[in-house]
Amino acid sequence: MPGLEDLYREIILDHYRNPRNRGELETPPAISVDGHNPLCGDEITLYVLVEDGVVSEIKTNGQGCSISQSSASMMTQAIRGRTLAEAEALIHHFKHMMSIEDHHHDEPGEAPALGDLEALQGVVKFPVRIKCAVLAWNTLSQALESA
Amino acid sequence: MFDLARIRNDFPHLQRSLEGSPVVYLDSANTSQKPTAVIEAMKHFTEHSYAPINRSAYRMAAAATDAYENARTLIANFINAGSPDEVVFTKNATESLNLFAQGWSRQRLQQGDVVVLTHMEHHANIVPWQMMAAERGIEIRWIPLTDDGQLDLSDLDNIIDGASVVSFTAMSNVLGTMNPVREIVDRSHAAGATVMVDACQSVPHAVTDVQAMGADLIAFSGHKMLGPSGIGVLWGRPDILDQLPPLMGGGNMIDDVRLDTFSCAPVPAKFEAGTPPIIEAIGLGAAVEYLSSIGMAEIRQHEMELTQYALDTLTERFGSDIVIHGPRNIEERGGVLSFAFRDLHPHDVSQILDEKNVCVRAGHHCAKPLMRIIEAHATVRASLYLYNDTNDVDILADALTSADDIFGL
Ligand SMILES: Cc1ncc(COP(=O)(O)O)c(C=O)c1O
Repeated sequence: MPGLEDLYREIILDHYRNPRNRGELETPPAISVDGHNPLCGDEITLYVLVEDGVVSEIKTNGQGCSISQSSASMMTQAIRGRTLAEAEALIHHFKHMMSIEDHHHDEPGEAPALGDLEALQGVVKFPVRIKCAVLAWNTLSQALESA
Repeated sequence: MFDLARIRNDFPHLQRSLEGSPVVYLDSANTSQKPTAVIEAMKHFTEHSYAPINRSAYRMAAAATDAYENARTLIANFINAGSPDEVVFTKNATESLNLFAQGWSRQRLQQGDVVVLTHMEHHANIVPWQMMAAERGIEIRWIPLTDDGQLDLSDLDNIIDGASVVSFTAMSNVLGTMNPVREIVDRSHAAGATVMVDACQSVPHAVTDVQAMGADLIAFSGHKMLGPSGIGVLWGRPDILDQLPPLMGGGNMIDDVRLDTFSCAPVPAKFEAGTPPIIEAIGLGAAVEYLSSIGMAEIRQHEMELTQYALDTLTERFGSDIVIHGPRNIEERGGVLSFAFRDLHPHDVSQILDEKNVCVRAGHHCAKPLMRIIEAHATVRASLYLYNDTNDVDILADALTSADDIFGL
């Protein structure tokens, strides 16, 4: 079994303890989407404000384990200020890292930098936790579809 | 005689070690491990006696039918049913609960009729009634909880007034609470209701006597009581089962079929459409024989002592860092310990415990309404059974301590 230090990296615990971009946005103009993981009861509400094709504001609310919460926190940092196309590319890139999606969505040479999110790589070794890590991202996909 | 060392030896899966250390299985409220007696009974039947039941005339088929019916008799005796015909084989407790909720609602209940449930039900005793509420316009009322996780019966007479059905759990799979079944059954009957008891968590852990319970129907699952997955039981009073329509039509459940009509076989065949889980029935028969050979009163006694030990150990070692849900009084609870540990999320606690081969459940335990009421999104649940010992509890406590190393608390 892989060691827990692969899972609980310091940066993950930091985002868990001090989540970034937590809170709500006024809807409208922002939209909100709820996501939940029926297996463990993790819940997230995502608020996204899209202006001129750019995600200008993003906030999360909800509760869950260290992996789902830190993933959501890092995601908001990575997504804020991105165009819709960039956001889509990031989603696919992250899901690919979680080994639940092929890479073919990415345009060649356009693999976006994941930054802090790279720390979540260890999650792949703990398959039951992959759902936790992608909860926020699936919710974001839904939000962008309705944006 | 309750010989714990011998009992532990009877469970091959508990003898295994994972990466050099023993497996500590504390998830029996979810599903139980199987003793050699059950595994061997199923293997032996499959190798020596397997044949269709109720259909063919050769000797082997007749013998297989006898074995299947013998399993029914063993289970009837185990719960002190009046007759084996009162025992209906289903897939699990969920099917048993649906069989009653759907059949009874469609047959007997109209717009505005009242069904009473409790705030501590498993989804299996909530969702089927919500489906019927949507379909038939039934009203659902709820028996609430007290602060220490018991049913609050102070307003019971008002809640059940005029109710057609009262359906409640004998023991909570989250809080461990053992409910005063007989009292609720009697008061519900006095109010004119038909009473279903979800006995899924009680039958595996304590003496079950359906005649002493007084309910009209009970539901339970084989896999939680040392039997295989894929088989469960609906027990019902004969007059109730006669009035209850089948949920599925097909082979085995008919008396006669014509192009324009059919008539049902008598109970219990009426509810057992299609080829049933034959090997699983043999396994469940072996499971209740095994449980009886140890004694359900002895098992309950062991679990009470172990639960007390677990409550004491966890509170002594972790004080206010651990919050254990449910009643304190060991007489009023089973060996299900749902808890919050520090401010750690249950999923993370379970991950840390898994590192030490400690198997617990983390989540909402298929009781989301209850979780909302006790204001816990999720809990860690360690559940005990006859094969657990104080060493298992000690390893759990040690493993919880290692959360410090990771979360640096
Ligand atoms: C109280 C209670 N009722 C019903 C069920 C459903 O059992 P099954 O999943 O075997 O149908 C369970 C199982 O967790 C339970 O604990």
